Amino acid sequence: METSTMSAREEAKQLKKMKRSETWRRIKKNKMIYLMILPGLLYFLIYKYLPMYGLVISFQDYKPYKGIAGSEWVGLEHFERLFTSSEFWMIFKNTLMLFGLQVFIFFPIPIILSLMLNEVRHSFFKRSVQTLVYIPHFMSWVVIVSISYVMLTLDGGIVNAVLETLGLQPINFLLNDEWFRPMYIIQVIWREAGWGTIIFLAAITAVDPSLYEAARMDGANRFRQMWHITLPAIRSVIIVLLILKIGDVLELGFEHVYLLLNSSNRNVAEIFDTYVYVAGLQQGQFSYSTAVGFFKGIVGLIMVIFANWLAKRFNEEGIY
Amino acid sequence: MAKLQKVSAGSRVFDFFNYFLLTLIALVTILPFIHVVGSSFATSAEIARTKFLLFPTEFSLNAYEYIFSTDTIFRALGVSIIVTVGGTLWSMLFSTLTAYGLSRKDLVGRRAINFMIVFTLLFNGGMIPTFLVVQQTGLLNSLWALVVPVTINAFNMIILRSFFMNIPESLEESAKIDGANDFSILFRIVLPISLPAIATISLFYAVTYWNTYMHAILYLSDADKWPVQVLLRQIVVLASGMNYDSESFTDVPPPETTIKMATIVVATVPVLLVYPFLQKYFAKGALLGSVKG
Repeated sequence: METSTMSAREEAKQLKKMKRSETWRRIKKNKMIYLMILPGLLYFLIYKYLPMYGLVISFQDYKPYKGIAGSEWVGLEHFERLFTSSEFWMIFKNTLMLFGLQVFIFFPIPIILSLMLNEVRHSFFKRSVQTLVYIPHFMSWVVIVSISYVMLTLDGGIVNAVLETLGLQPINFLLNDEWFRPMYIIQVIWREAGWGTIIFLAAITAVDPSLYEAARMDGANRFRQMWHITLPAIRSVIIVLLILKIGDVLELGFEHVYLLLNSSNRNVAEIFDTYVYVAGLQQGQFSYSTAVGFFKGIVGLIMVIFANWLAKRFNEEGIY
Repeated sequence: MAKLQKVSAGSRVFDFFNYFLLTLIALVTILPFIHVVGSSFATSAEIARTKFLLFPTEFSLNAYEYIFSTDTIFRALGVSIIVTVGGTLWSMLFSTLTAYGLSRKDLVGRRAINFMIVFTLLFNGGMIPTFLVVQQTGLLNSLWALVVPVTINAFNMIILRSFFMNIPESLEESAKIDGANDFSILFRIVLPISLPAIATISLFYAVTYWNTYMHAILYLSDADKWPVQVLLRQIVVLASGMNYDSESFTDVPPPETTIKMATIVVATVPVLLVYPFLQKYFAKGALLGSVKG
């Protein structure tokens, strides 16, 4: 090569060309790999990205027979209707309350449970407890809610039988709006607390055992070891999961809430998801309910970005 | 080593409470299931008499005979089995292909595609636009609607991908030198050594398909296409008159307790049957632990 006579600019050009052909070579070499990911890619494009495009109907007066192209544009009309609707604040508050229960009541429980499991030395006992507490995670919400119904019903349910034996008044848990939130969070704990320990337990196994040794030498008791060694060791996992939880602010489980919802607890149980379902698919207000869902999705996205930014500010690794 | 050490009194008290509490937690978690299974085998008379039933004294199959006397439950179970088996195969095929493709580090555009997939976890079109796509792709009121719109679960795909990424490249390279193409490398070399991951993810998919409820009520209008979860919901919740949708209100008297219990058991048993296998694989922990975020 006559590099010495070549100007720097030409050299850069040459380099770019070589790079491009190198890229081409790599693409060609992997053409079968592209063939492999093609169906998956199509799936995401059709069933994930096409619906994102479909969000435009929230700015339209969408009529199914006219399609997106033929429907009339109405600007922000549906969003105005949502924000001025008397139901909006009720739904907003209900959603926020359930989110609060998830973060402040549910979230710490798997952490505590995994710290407790970590202190167990008999591996048979530990494994047995794990096996049992993981089970509800694999049950559908229909099963979880159904079991709750047969246990809580006034008509021979075991819980009211206990209350009666204790000389207390029976409670109509299922139709009482004061009991909706406790019922919701207890079911979430029942189903997910055990399963939630897996990721923390995996993180705990990475703790260096010599740290405990040293702590014991210094006379630290079991609680102090838990507090000063185990907990800090899983701190970053806790933070990542908290970010994910905050990002899921509005993903409170359509199925779960919908299964618990009835006309007497609607004032506390209606959340954005159930509202979208009823307004959209049962009442056919496609554009309006899409606007509601869009609002929910945007808030969720902002929350993830915010939570991630917060984590980075505290010098923790974010999730992206 | 722990045995050589002197165990302090404080440590023993700690252990006592810890074991006691954990036992209690495990019992509370599992007793509702035992109560339901026990009641499903009891006679109605015993249920009325005994309030806190765990194990029936008079064993009865009446409830099961009753629910299996019509073909409603057989049809629902059939639908659930077809969707679970077919859906799991379908999802595994496409998840594996995509995960393997994206595990190849020399793939041009890999980062962009990965981002495109992860982004769907953070934001999506939501229920109504997705419904419209399902409608326009002609899946409405067909069992395909329970499968195709959830072909790949991004989380499952990411778990598989990170598993494949940990396979030493030298294995694939030596096969390549022997003239194997990418498909035969995947099916002959990569998959056989990835069986624990494949089994775990298959079971995750299978459980999800067995438990499918939301997509059924969204996309299927014919009652004879309903999977077992929808039927269970009808029998236990709607029949109690505590339904939200007024149109599904029925004048039929609520079924007896034992029948509700038996239906719950039928909808649950298949999951409990595969549970020991699930437990065996995820107990290895490493798989799930290696997934970050």
